[in-house]
Amino acid sequence: MTTHDSYASATETTEGRVYSVTGGDWDSLVTEIGQTKEERVVVNMGPQHPSTHGVLRLVLELEGETITEARAGIGYLHTGIEKNAEYRTWTQGVTFVTRMDYLAPIFNETAYCLSLEKLLGITNDIPERASQIRVLMMELNRISSHMVALGTGALELGALSPMIFAFREREKVLDVFEMISGLRMNMAYVRPGGVAQDLPKGAVAKIRETVKELRHNFKDNEKLLVGNTIWMKRTQGIGYLDLAGCTTLGITGPVLRSTGMPWDLRKTEPYCGYEDYEFDVITTDTCDVYGRFLIRMQELEQSLRIIEQACDKLEKSEGQPVMVADKKIAWPSQLSVGSDGMGNSLDHIREIMGTSMESLIHHFKLVTEGFRVPTGQAYAAVESPRGETGVHLVSDGGTRPYRVHFREPSFNNLQATSAMAEGGMIADVIGAVASIDPVMGGVDR
Amino acid sequence: MSENNGMFGASGSGDTSGFGGLVRSAANVGSSERPYGSYFDEVADELERAYPEFNSAIEKVVIDRGELTLHVKREKLFDTAMKLRDTQSLRFEVCLGVSGVHYPEDKNRELHAVYPLLSMTHNRRIRLEVSVPDSDPHLPSLVEVWAGNNWHERETWDMFGIIFDGHPGLTRILMPDDWPGHPQRKDYPLGGIPIEYKGATVPAPSERRSYR
Repeated sequence: MTTHDSYASATETTEGRVYSVTGGDWDSLVTEIGQTKEERVVVNMGPQHPSTHGVLRLVLELEGETITEARAGIGYLHTGIEKNAEYRTWTQGVTFVTRMDYLAPIFNETAYCLSLEKLLGITNDIPERASQIRVLMMELNRISSHMVALGTGALELGALSPMIFAFREREKVLDVFEMISGLRMNMAYVRPGGVAQDLPKGAVAKIRETVKELRHNFKDNEKLLVGNTIWMKRTQGIGYLDLAGCTTLGITGPVLRSTGMPWDLRKTEPYCGYEDYEFDVITTDTCDVYGRFLIRMQELEQSLRIIEQACDKLEKSEGQPVMVADKKIAWPSQLSVGSDGMGNSLDHIREIMGTSMESLIHHFKLVTEGFRVPTGQAYAAVESPRGETGVHLVSDGGTRPYRVHFREPSFNNLQATSAMAEGGMIADVIGAVASIDPVMGGVDR
Repeated sequence: MSENNGMFGASGSGDTSGFGGLVRSAANVGSSERPYGSYFDEVADELERAYPEFNSAIEKVVIDRGELTLHVKREKLFDTAMKLRDTQSLRFEVCLGVSGVHYPEDKNRELHAVYPLLSMTHNRRIRLEVSVPDSDPHLPSLVEVWAGNNWHERETWDMFGIIFDGHPGLTRILMPDDWPGHPQRKDYPLGGIPIEYKGATVPAPSERRSYR
């Protein structure tokens, strides 16, 4: 039977018969494929597919419903941020890198700034309050990122309700971001030497209230998924990857912790003063999608604990500086949040335009030219929601980076797709990819 | 490493800033002397003990900003990596990828590959750095040592044109398969294509006048 179907047409190629499916009638396609003698079918899934977690292309070789080979094709969201950053000042780099892994912007910014501060040799000069704000922002960001991971992960496996709850909680976190930085995503809030501005009045109280709400609301998702028979059947024993597989593939984050390895950079190589916070590293030993899901679920509570401790610290450090004292590095003004987002504070504009010529020169020099960074290279890493986000920076002594390289956990971890999916069923590849939680903006950069 | 003239990108036109005669050269960080400090002495000792060819394999050891960098000869890269991974007292089980760097002024050592290593057993980090000439950009692939280097090496080939010998499938990963050139090299212009806007032509960002 070869009835013509404009949605599912077939062409002969040297590789065999190729069927193009863009929607429409699956029945005629299935009948047609059923009539061929070929056992092996290669399915091209994505890059535009609702359950590939972004513009990810999966090339799956199937025998029946079993995957014999899985390959991931990436690069559809390549933006050339690393190259672009070489043509901007070190400070402007923050605005670029925040757009890499767009669900974890604060982590990109912090990793970049920590690496840059290492290059500048000012790691120990960062004010305590700045580090506390960074920790606070990172943990809030971890919650908003995990909410997307859980919500879309469930959505891709066919569970719609968790997504509604997850995005409801995420909005609450984004509201806090908006109050603090004027922006909900891609904030460019963490800056070399500190943060762009101090917390606004009443921020800590608002965060405490949000924490209370979140802690209460997380239960909704827990009730929906933890112990849910259908959910467990779709996720248990799926996407198996053990410790040896994780180490050789360089996998970090929840996937590594699902093998029982308590590896968390916040504990093993504390940065931003994480050694002063009390929290647990969550692990499971199932090496499967369900285990990774449980880890993300429980990490939410740990993040809330850290946020509460950060709030305590921030109340005590009220009024302290949030930017390094060195005026050759510190941005000349603290910014302020206006009705249209973050901008220069009016006090600062008044000073440079009306009262002090020297301030104006200083502002002009630092904002247009930037600061020089001594020759050399540095690597700094933070524990992002997806694993180790490492930044390799090289300076040639100029005001612009010589090389910016991001070791993105999404990019690295996505390599595990083959190991997780091959030998399994085609329906399970979705769960496996969702449990890696790749963000294509980070994968392709 | 590199030399810059003047403060701005302008040349030929009148640079009235007074900085036109300024020459700044940036040198590579020199090699370090023992004691290295921290756990670096121990790592170097252990590697020397485990790897008899240490002295001929390691070009220089650099301690900078609290980080240890071993500059390795490319012929010895694979062996060094194996020793670093397998020696009980070193155990660098994880390689965090490859970062290419292009130094066009560093003659016969134009392309560098930087490998950050992590030992989860001992909670230590070191870095390997290898350089190859632009005319012969071949490096041994480390996919056999750390399987996770697969995509990282493909990215470094894609962006810098370093060929990793022995890689199971060295194809472009981020750029389209038929893309000419390697975009993150310093001789590859940013933007490249002039943007037209209402009749005016905006030069590519790399061509604009700017601070150096």
